[in-house]
Amino acid sequence: MKKQKLVVSALLVLIAAYIAGSFAYKYFYLKNLNFIASENASVFIRPHSPIVGNENAKTYIIEFFDPACETCKQFYPFVKKIMQKHPEQIKLILRYAPFHTDSYYIVQMLEAAKFQNLYFETLEVIFKYQDQWASHQAPNIAKLWSFLPEAGIDVEKLKSDMKRPEIDVIIKQDIEDGKLLNVSQTPEFFVNGKPLKRFGYKELEELVNSEL
Amino acid sequence: MPLSTKSSNHIWNILFICWLIATIAALGSLFFSEVMHFPPCIMCWYQRICMYPLVVLFLMALFPLDTHIIKYASALVSIGLFFAIYQNLLYYKILPEAAQPCAQGVSCTSDYINWFGFITIQLLSLIAFSLLFGLLFYLKRKLKV
Repeated sequence: MKKQKLVVSALLVLIAAYIAGSFAYKYFYLKNLNFIASENASVFIRPHSPIVGNENAKTYIIEFFDPACETCKQFYPFVKKIMQKHPEQIKLILRYAPFHTDSYYIVQMLEAAKFQNLYFETLEVIFKYQDQWASHQAPNIAKLWSFLPEAGIDVEKLKSDMKRPEIDVIIKQDIEDGKLLNVSQTPEFFVNGKPLKRFGYKELEELVNSEL
Repeated sequence: MPLSTKSSNHIWNILFICWLIATIAALGSLFFSEVMHFPPCIMCWYQRICMYPLVVLFLMALFPLDTHIIKYASALVSIGLFFAIYQNLLYYKILPEAAQPCAQGVSCTSDYINWFGFITIQLLSLIAFSLLFGLLFYLKRKLKV
């Protein structure tokens, strides 16, 4: 009986420590984010970051994304839908979190597309054919070149623009900011600097609604 | 050979400590991945495969005391220890990075935590498996005599 009590109490203590630890971690994590948001808002929005929607909107969604990430692709139309429900009230700021092997390269392409004013067109083509160039069995980013003209891209110009050093600076800055904000999965959303408590479509919509 | 009450209590205590180590390791690794959202690398998964069942096995061996667990747990602990040593060799660059099997996804040598400048998740796992290995080895010797 004594032994049973010992084991049961040890188990309870460990589980209690786990739960208390989770709450403590989340509490300090949120506190730290609020601190970053108030002290250094530029971590969330950099001048180079592409913005969708009304630039003067008060509510802003930050999305850290990876062009090779399937969930990011699925969220893209969803986020657009949320914005359409509240026209002119929300802006979306895109940040990069290139976690996949070749993602850095794809992000370079995207940034280079800015020089042709075809950023969002290119992004949509990249997402549209994601299952082909980023397939799990045989990822082959070379395939992407043949799809890019669909966005109206001049491929030769894009290739030379990709080498511009300022693009590297932008991507490295985003990776740096992502680390500071603890971005470990994509897509990662922040609405007015607040992170999602739980990941999901519904949760994101609720957070946006509460910030409007 | 039936065990005396005194020595069976001693064995029970050591198995209880083994169970504690396994449970702390299991909960700790879950804390890192589920609460702190560190994606586990493939090596971590192999070590988890060896560690998680031990939580259940040690617990079952405590009520009533069943010393056969030493044999079964040793197998899992040895495999886990092998991966833990391998991963630490990679981490401390004793083995070349290019030889590691986890080129895709999360790197097995990333520093998620670094307490006091040297305690990493990789090291924590190595400590847990080494302790279990040592305790089981001790029990095996003790039971033979």
